[in-house]
Amino acid sequence: MKRSFGTLLLLAVLLVFPWVLKDAYYQHLMILVLMWVAIGSGWNLISGYTGQVLFGAASFFGIGAYTAALLLHKLEISAWWGLPLGGVAAVLLAFPFGWICFRLRGPYFALATLALNEILRNIATVWESLTEGMVGLLVMQTFVSKIPYYYIALGLAVLSIVLVDVVMKSRWGYYFVSIREDQDAAESLGIDTRYFKMVSLCLSALLIGLAGGLYTNYMGFIDPKVVFSLHDISIMAILVGIVGGVGTVYGPAIGAFIMVAVQEVFRTGGFGLLPALGKTTGWPFMTTLSKYVSEAHVLSFGILVIAVILYLPNGIVGDWSSIRRALIFWRRKAA
Amino acid sequence: MAYFEVKGITKFFGGLAAVNDVNFQVEQGEIYGLIGPNGSGKTTIFNCINAYFPLTKGEIYFEGKKISGLKTHQICKRGVGRTFQVVKPLKRMTVLDNVIASAFLHTRIKSEAVDLAEKTIEFCELTQYKDKLAKSLPIASRKRLEIARALATKPKLLLLDETAAGLNPSELDEAIALIKKMRDSGITIIIVEHIMKVIMTISNRILAINHGMVIAEGSPTEVAGNHEVITAYLGEDYSAQS
Amino acid sequence: MEVFLQTLVAGILKGGLYALIGLGMTLIMGVMGIINLAHGQLMMVAMYVTFVLFHYLGIDPYTSLLISMPSLFLLGVLIQKYLLNPLMKVESILPENQVLMTVGIGMVLTEIARFIFTSNYLSVKTSYSSAAIFVGGISFSVALTIAFIFACTLTGILFWFLIKTDLGRSIRAVSQDGEAAQLMGINAERIKVVTMGIGSALVAAAGTLLLPIYYLFPDIGGPFTRRAFVITILGGLGSTVGAIFGGLTLGLAEAFSSTYMGMEFEDMIGLVIFVLVLLFLPGGLKSLTKV
Repeated sequence: MKRSFGTLLLLAVLLVFPWVLKDAYYQHLMILVLMWVAIGSGWNLISGYTGQVLFGAASFFGIGAYTAALLLHKLEISAWWGLPLGGVAAVLLAFPFGWICFRLRGPYFALATLALNEILRNIATVWESLTEGMVGLLVMQTFVSKIPYYYIALGLAVLSIVLVDVVMKSRWGYYFVSIREDQDAAESLGIDTRYFKMVSLCLSALLIGLAGGLYTNYMGFIDPKVVFSLHDISIMAILVGIVGGVGTVYGPAIGAFIMVAVQEVFRTGGFGLLPALGKTTGWPFMTTLSKYVSEAHVLSFGILVIAVILYLPNGIVGDWSSIRRALIFWRRKAA
Repeated sequence: MAYFEVKGITKFFGGLAAVNDVNFQVEQGEIYGLIGPNGSGKTTIFNCINAYFPLTKGEIYFEGKKISGLKTHQICKRGVGRTFQVVKPLKRMTVLDNVIASAFLHTRIKSEAVDLAEKTIEFCELTQYKDKLAKSLPIASRKRLEIARALATKPKLLLLDETAAGLNPSELDEAIALIKKMRDSGITIIIVEHIMKVIMTISNRILAINHGMVIAEGSPTEVAGNHEVITAYLGEDYSAQS
Repeated sequence: MEVFLQTLVAGILKGGLYALIGLGMTLIMGVMGIINLAHGQLMMVAMYVTFVLFHYLGIDPYTSLLISMPSLFLLGVLIQKYLLNPLMKVESILPENQVLMTVGIGMVLTEIARFIFTSNYLSVKTSYSSAAIFVGGISFSVALTIAFIFACTLTGILFWFLIKTDLGRSIRAVSQDGEAAQLMGINAERIKVVTMGIGSALVAAAGTLLLPIYYLFPDIGGPFTRRAFVITILGGLGSTVGAIFGGLTLGLAEAFSSTYMGMEFEDMIGLVIFVLVLLFLPGGLKSLTKV
């Protein structure tokens, strides 16, 4: 009972958020967070719960994004139809890919997803007659205000979390975890591991592809470097998953919040703190430092990956008990 | 036609025949033991039946239908269950969840799976551990959990792989009781075991293997007194004495 | 015909260097069972070391092999000891955390390089960088040929080391069966540290040898990591001989696709080979030789 009260409260807060905080900048950040909740949940399904780690999540994101954009450009179909169709397209990609690559175990599957990411990025860049290559595709934005986009993103995020929760409590969920823990034992217990790995991958692709379709509609512009980006989409998806907590329902939500915050801190130099300090103190060192910091977000991602894997391998949700213990320890020491 | 039949199965790894032209039949309702020194090919035979890897030669029949060539999960669906020597439960889940996962084989409805899981847990006398995490279980209970997981798939034939290894004498008696209970409930059992006490007391018939080949078959007393079997286990000197 | 022979020569020479890259990675894969996705980035570090030695101390790249190889050996050792070995004791749901760790390491190395050297393209122009000798109407790039000779020598030394020395045999033992090796008294953790060092040193050599005829910028690590695992998978995981053939194959494939299809396909051809191997020959070239 306590848990559902907290969740309802959170949901209520999220629903009124854009009316309370009218600043477009914060609305934008929250939209990003919600989008990453969806991507993170999708990543978590195949990587965290089923144990087949996705290193190239951008493959599905980019396909979703390009489907929405291309449907508009080539067939004059509104990009809003492209949103769900982007999800479908991602699933259509996941199907043959999984069929071919699930014979690979562990790290080789992860590598294959990386290769897929690279191949798709190359195709999108080189096939100019279809995608305009590096020039990218522009989509007319339907709404001027961010609020409608916010609610669509919120809907997608809620859908993702509910989907993961429902699936993991069902037969599929039990099978996914069985596959993760010991694929051979799972087979001996009658589980068609190849089929269920496919199911898991398709569900993940669906969520990630939907997020891609949303991205096209919201940002209004996509190009191969952005939507098939290794660092900003694929690695970010992994970080959202591992920071929050691999194999937990709410992990990706927490991970999304933290990672978007981290990204913003670096992009703006501490939310404008560093440049402001530079101006007030007049130290040129501060301005160069803020310039470096804004370009250092990839470095921060790399360091985060290393740190999280070493010290917080089950994420904030997964390792919560150890975090609490550490906090109590420090508080006692300070007292 | 026998209930379960293995015909001329052979498995080569590179140039070495781990299993070489093994034939045997198992009758419904019996407990059929498989013994042999380390490395003789017992677990490999299970791996062949279970389709963990493909047979080089030979065929396997269950209930009159060929199962060799099917995939592992299909063999399980046909009613052939199996436990593993090195038990690997779903560590971070409860005992109940572990068994529920297997119980989903014959039903899609969760409540039915939970029901079957609870009944299976009761059968294996693990009810006290029902809501405990699998990784917190002591070894004897983990072995029972392994059996429970296999039982929840409602097998007609169960392959038990070294279920008794690592148990102390009282745990051993409990394990023997559980195996007999399973046989009495209608499950045919093929058991690979090292511990003589277990295999001798419960098997109806025993197959002795060495170097991947059959060296003896018969009742426990017949096999125990067999010259070649004694040589294989204890060496030439002992067999000369008997 | 001449173009064909020219491409063939270029492919083989480059392939020799690629074999060095693949050897390092396949050793690491065989012994540690992990895919080192920071392999290309280690090569990048070696290239920057060589660059600095050349520009600020005037040391010729071939001489700086004596510095770049040990430095990268040390870097590899440190990475294995403090970042990768500890992971074996961490109990985590996340599978592939070792591979992920190497991704993180690769990113950190790249960004630190960018921080120090900026994203500018750098190069090392020696007296022989553009020199070529003509044999039978075909031009052999001097730098590439010398690099090839060094690569062959180093490969030879590596094989001697693996077959004749105790340490080398221990490495092969751990590569074949880690547990059995430990039971025979081999300290597997120490072997892993040494192997990472050797793998890094080998790829450092490749980087140093390649620099006179290539260009350098921080993001160069990625493509080379990709080449490394294409070579390794093509040759067969853990197979040192396979890595040599894999390297030569990739070198030839890149040379031919570059000549006959265009330079922009050089990167793609590696990916195409990767996909083909996955689909049709998952065990790599090595599986073709199985009796």
